[in-house]
Amino acid sequence: MEKIPILRMGNLLLVTIQVDLYDRLAETLEADLVQVIKKTDAQGVLIDISAVSIIDSFMGRIIGNIATMSKIMDAETVVVGMQPAVAITLVELGLPLKGVLTALNVEKGMELLKEKISRKEDNRGESDDGDSE
Amino acid sequence: MVILNKETMSIIREVDVIPFRNRLKEYAIKVGMSLVNQTKIITAASELARNMLKYANGGKATIEVLSKGRENGIRLIFHDEGPGIPDISLAMKDGYSTGKSMGLGLPGTKRLVSEFSIDSVIGKGTTVTVIKWKNG
Repeated sequence: MEKIPILRMGNLLLVTIQVDLYDRLAETLEADLVQVIKKTDAQGVLIDISAVSIIDSFMGRIIGNIATMSKIMDAETVVVGMQPAVAITLVELGLPLKGVLTALNVEKGMELLKEKISRKEDNRGESDDGDSE
Repeated sequence: MVILNKETMSIIREVDVIPFRNRLKEYAIKVGMSLVNQTKIITAASELARNMLKYANGGKATIEVLSKGRENGIRLIFHDEGPGIPDISLAMKDGYSTGKSMGLGLPGTKRLVSEFSIDSVIGKGTTVTVIKWKNG
């Protein structure tokens, strides 16, 4: 069965979608990703959709689900590289992908993820201090 | 209105949607649609094809290349022999769904195309027809 590869880079997971998505493929990715987050203790997920030319309501919902699930698993998700035509279409369709972090490209997405993760760790450090006092 | 070209494809399984989308893209390019309009009509087609698979176990999709005066466009006809839609005005409402989806399918699709019509008979089936003009 066709599958979208999930690559590990340190504490981040990198998913590059290079094929046309269809429903089952997107659902498989959703299920796989949660498993891999658990297995690798990943703190961030970067999804590159620069090669995806069509996102309809189903696939948009899967992207939203992935972001929500990762959040529950204590990992941040950033979606990068959305094509302008896809963004226009998604908004007109009525699916503005609220709650999903986005960045223009992989480089900016990486920065955003690292920033998010380090801020989270800082916060944890502070609250730990608070507890010990 | 003149039909310049016509092609019908069966959509019975989920993977049938991909060749259909690719074929549609070829036609949209041939008509001279901008990338944004190509994306809109292919996304609309994707929604309607999914509806057909989900509610009627598939059906037939027809792509027609139209010419009206100086304007060119594409008409898509999705015909299934499923259970039909009991209340079309309800199905066209944003956020309404009998399935597990978000209910964006039909109203969202309507926003993406130039013309939209739906014809459904309970127990007989549903036909959804959309037109996207090249500059529409």
